[in-house]
Amino acid sequence: MDVDPEDLFRDDSDSEDEFNKEFEANKELVVYLIDSSPSMFAPFSESDTEGSTYFHIVVDSILQSLKTQIISRSYDEVAICFFNTKEKKNLQNLTGVYLFNVGDREPLDRSTASYLKEFSRIEEKFLKEIGSCYCISAVSKENTIYNSLWVAQALLRKGSLKTSNKRILLFTNEDDPFGDVSGLVQRDMIKTTVQRAKDAQDLGISIEILPMSRPDEKFDVSKFYAGMLGLDDKEISHFESSAVERLEDMREQLRKKMFTKRKVKTFLFSISDEISIEMNSYALIRPTVPGGVTWLDSVTNLPLKPERSFICEDTGALLQEPAKRFFKYKGEKIVFSIDELSEIKRHAPSRLRLLGFKPLHCLKDYHNLRPSTFIFPSDEEILGSTRTFVALHRSMLRLGRFAVAFCGSSARPQLVALIAQEEISNSCGQVEPPGMHMIYLPYSDDIRYPEEHYLNDDMISLWATDDQISKASALLKRIDLKSFSVCQFSNPSLQRHYSVLQAIALDEDEIPEVKDETLPDEEGLSRPGIVKTLDDFKVAVYGKDHDKEEDSLAAQKDSRASKRKAIADVASQQSASYDWADLADNGKLKDLTVVELKYYLTANNLPLTGKKDALISRILSHLQK
Amino acid sequence: MARNKESLVLLLDVGPSMHHVLPDVEKICSILVQKKLIYGWSDDVGVVLFGTDETNNDLEKEVGGYEYIMVLCGISIVNKNLSGILQNLPRGNAPGDFLDAIVVGMDLLIRKFGPTNRGKMRICLITGAQNPTKEPYEGTKEDQVSIISEQLKSHGIKLDCIITRIQSGLADQEAVAENDSLLFSFSNKGKAKVTFLTQRVALLGALRTRNISAVTVFRGDFELSSTMKIKIWVYKKTSEERFPTLKKYSDKAPGSDRFATHEVKLDYEYKSIEDPNKIIPPEQRIRGYRYGPQIIPVSSDEWEAVKFRPEKSVKLLGFTDASNIHRHYFLKDVYSFIPEPGNKKAAIAVSSIARAMRETEKVAILRCVWRQGQGSVTVGVLTPNLSSQETMPDSFYFNVLPFAEDVREFQFPSFSGFPTSWLPNEQQQEAADNLVKSLDLAPEGRGEMLMPDLTPNPVLERFFRFLELKSTNPDTEVPPLDPTLREITEPDPDLLSSNKSLLNDFRLLFDIKRRPKWKDSKRSADENPEIKIGDKSPVREFEAMMGHVNGSDSAVGGIRSMKIYVHDLLENSYEGDAYPKAMDCLLALRKACVLEQEPKEFNQFLREIFDRWKATDLRSFLELLASKNISLISKTESPASDASDEEARSFLIKAEAFSQ
Repeated sequence: MDVDPEDLFRDDSDSEDEFNKEFEANKELVVYLIDSSPSMFAPFSESDTEGSTYFHIVVDSILQSLKTQIISRSYDEVAICFFNTKEKKNLQNLTGVYLFNVGDREPLDRSTASYLKEFSRIEEKFLKEIGSCYCISAVSKENTIYNSLWVAQALLRKGSLKTSNKRILLFTNEDDPFGDVSGLVQRDMIKTTVQRAKDAQDLGISIEILPMSRPDEKFDVSKFYAGMLGLDDKEISHFESSAVERLEDMREQLRKKMFTKRKVKTFLFSISDEISIEMNSYALIRPTVPGGVTWLDSVTNLPLKPERSFICEDTGALLQEPAKRFFKYKGEKIVFSIDELSEIKRHAPSRLRLLGFKPLHCLKDYHNLRPSTFIFPSDEEILGSTRTFVALHRSMLRLGRFAVAFCGSSARPQLVALIAQEEISNSCGQVEPPGMHMIYLPYSDDIRYPEEHYLNDDMISLWATDDQISKASALLKRIDLKSFSVCQFSNPSLQRHYSVLQAIALDEDEIPEVKDETLPDEEGLSRPGIVKTLDDFKVAVYGKDHDKEEDSLAAQKDSRASKRKAIADVASQQSASYDWADLADNGKLKDLTVVELKYYLTANNLPLTGKKDALISRILSHLQK
Repeated sequence: MARNKESLVLLLDVGPSMHHVLPDVEKICSILVQKKLIYGWSDDVGVVLFGTDETNNDLEKEVGGYEYIMVLCGISIVNKNLSGILQNLPRGNAPGDFLDAIVVGMDLLIRKFGPTNRGKMRICLITGAQNPTKEPYEGTKEDQVSIISEQLKSHGIKLDCIITRIQSGLADQEAVAENDSLLFSFSNKGKAKVTFLTQRVALLGALRTRNISAVTVFRGDFELSSTMKIKIWVYKKTSEERFPTLKKYSDKAPGSDRFATHEVKLDYEYKSIEDPNKIIPPEQRIRGYRYGPQIIPVSSDEWEAVKFRPEKSVKLLGFTDASNIHRHYFLKDVYSFIPEPGNKKAAIAVSSIARAMRETEKVAILRCVWRQGQGSVTVGVLTPNLSSQETMPDSFYFNVLPFAEDVREFQFPSFSGFPTSWLPNEQQQEAADNLVKSLDLAPEGRGEMLMPDLTPNPVLERFFRFLELKSTNPDTEVPPLDPTLREITEPDPDLLSSNKSLLNDFRLLFDIKRRPKWKDSKRSADENPEIKIGDKSPVREFEAMMGHVNGSDSAVGGIRSMKIYVHDLLENSYEGDAYPKAMDCLLALRKACVLEQEPKEFNQFLREIFDRWKATDLRSFLELLASKNISLISKTESPASDASDEEARSFLIKAEAFSQ
């Protein structure tokens, strides 16, 4: 129901549409530069028996992130360049750089189904068709890093900085690319490369590198790349620790780098009448849904333009979008103007108003309605915001309290809980950013009490005994998902949706199977230790003979069913001994007894209820007389 | 609708201890009636007042006793006059006896329905429970509670007790303690729910005004493994009650048409992009789905054939530490997992797992497909909900967790990496600690304020109130937010005033201020010409100012500030020591005036200083101007100028002449 023509009541986070629009206005242009020198084709680690190479890991991770991108951020544009290749293919015709592309797609463009498909096959043909070759040497005087940066920068000339974010992501396992050359040549190469990188950065292009360590040595960023990226000591040490050592690490790092952050909006947080600080909100968690349906003309496959018209039911006149609404109450139509409706929803100025603090245990597990929103302070307009926020953040963490505030958004003014989140990092970087999470609290009208419907009248205890609880505890310890992390699963429904689309887009006959990662680990659950604990628990709560009882219950049901079947069999036998059509034609049905009539009804699976007349007419209508 | 029909008796205490909250009782009761008119028009409602001056009830007439209890409206189908009656409750002067009132309410229901209508009858008691109840003729008060409970149970009547404790201190503490223990034994004996309120606004939230029939989302097995299953029913625990749906209104029908529906029909047509006049019939349309830049047509049959279709089931994936699942990952509204009613084994199995979870601080991760044929799976976390009474089964809450696709891993700077000027010092940290401790919404012993379970939705309350007003007078304006509802949208004034000095300290310590905004500089310059350019690097500041402006209006503000600055600089100059600085500023000003096409501003300023200083010591500055060739902005430089090239040239000569 569209009560809100001006989006007045819509929520920023609720409307995916708006979200997408925002993305379109602020899209990402990314060039992936992949080192393809022979060392990239070495096995990634000695322990890895599958023999996956550095190159494989890079290609695989990029493929994963491209797949995510085409689903959630399809407006972003990408280009993939290999450097240190035998063949060259690029607009500038520079040696050792191969720009990967398909069909008539622009070199830097949105990814398409066929682009993904071709890229997924790149490994098969790379060595044959493109070839790997370490070109930086004193003899050739070629500088492939320089060349690749040049190509990337040229590609990124497209699009204005205001509406897009330009980035270069460089993958390599070589920490000292100019190690083979020496003296003047080396110095010159380093100088020109650093200058090239600096030029790109001056143009607003950010350059990031995803380093990979070799088995025998750590990736030493200070050898060359620190200088190229202009890193300071602290950043260097951060880099050292982030060098990728596992495939998962690479995927995770790329996932973190895939999206640059976007705020939803800036707003004020009022601590009292006189104190307000500035915050930005970010939508870190929002359900991704399959894209909406666009109607097409099945003949031309061109999209159709939907047109909505309003027709007055009384006069049939065509209307402009009416500015009034009504609600039936006490048998009358109470008419409201749009302004009145928005006035009802307007409560406080659109800001976050602090109401007070509560201990964390007051926030119950069922106090939830919608995905949370992350907030982080900003000093852009109001000086001292960050300091105040950090102080409150620390106090709330230390005292185990959360803040209750009223969020006066025009969409749904709502009470919210603000929970301070400490920063959590692991070897791959930040896992939980520091800040506060805004949790939308339900009102009393939104909470239901289904558990109260089932009070037990018999006054028997429904609580478990200590023994039963300890058996359950054993079970809890047994079936422990040690490394479980929220959102480790991809959504099988979404994956299926897009793999179907991809297959259709590429005219493939077969739709690739999507693995449903959310299914339980049957194999693990059937390990003897777990089975035993489960059995112990089952006996403790259900008693020894539970299965037998269940079986006998089921058997009872079965026997009841078989009895019914036996009756039906008898009835159809009996029924066969009458000539029903003849009886009906001669009006003799009424001479039969009800029992006899019911033979026919049972045999033909008709209802047996009603008086004799009803039975007869049912038989007649079934005989179609 | 009738399946969910409810017969409700309101028992309202109107005695002296309640007078201060009666306005809110009136409000909530009339909203209750309103909602019944809209959503439950076949429900029955009766109203009984106690603590009244008069007595009027059947029990008093037949057996005596039961004084000061008045049946205001007998039980009948809800009607529109009722909300008016409830808005004007009489104030009574007798101390109310809530036990007697419950008996009268129960009697009313039993007389009306006899043994029918089990489980659909509800008594809702609103009282302060501050007056002692009468000694019964036989047995103790406890016995009386037992008898009443038995009666309630045998007739299938639910009892909701809402106990207001907003003002404290005045009451007879002994009676209050006794009443509380009586009330608790009501709730321990089943069927009754007792809610204590400490906040006025909670009264509006405590009374369940809309009766929503509970519908299961899922009934079946919770599979711990293929061999161990627990029978459960799944309900929604929270679900957003949305703003009522309003229909579009057409005023095209003539006023004389009394049977006009005023409704608006919506019509959708799909038109070809190539030919906007061509309407494509539904059978020629096909669904298209976006994949990257392409839109891929898929017919619905095709789609049905390949769609993801998991089996209906609720399966355990495993357990994990509760600390592993951060609260902010809870994605949607919440479900309740309840053991199959009447199945004791299921209740015990749920109870043992729930209690084990609580003891070991673990939670379960589940994969759920609620219905056969549903196209998606849900992964979520199961947390325990332990019941407070042995006869109520333990249950679980289930919260949906995000999938990998739903999370955006943005990186944020560490607080520890911030410059110290952005971080609080010890004193500031202490002030923050104090604030977090003192602005306490859950003070020990006083009960939690703004509990979501007792907080009404102010928008809905306001809508229903406005609806009622509009039904009597269509021209009413939207009333301001009710003062009681303000307790939700604004901080408690008492809490603020008791922490006034704390808040003041906080403000002074943190020194939060708005970054100067040059956008407004014209307005502020006009209002307050004192706005100054700082002494440190005036040119840079001025340029920054001009960089921020948009439109010539705001530029003028910056220019004026600079003029004032240069003027003051020269006036305070000693032996020409400020000349170089003033010269730089003047140059910057001149440049800006050309750029902003405000040549007159500069020319006027230059003429002014010439006229003012030509006869003073400062004329040496004019000489400097001449030597640097700084003159009026001529028409050649800026077409909007008021000075011809000739005048610009002669100005220099004049300046030179005067300085000698």
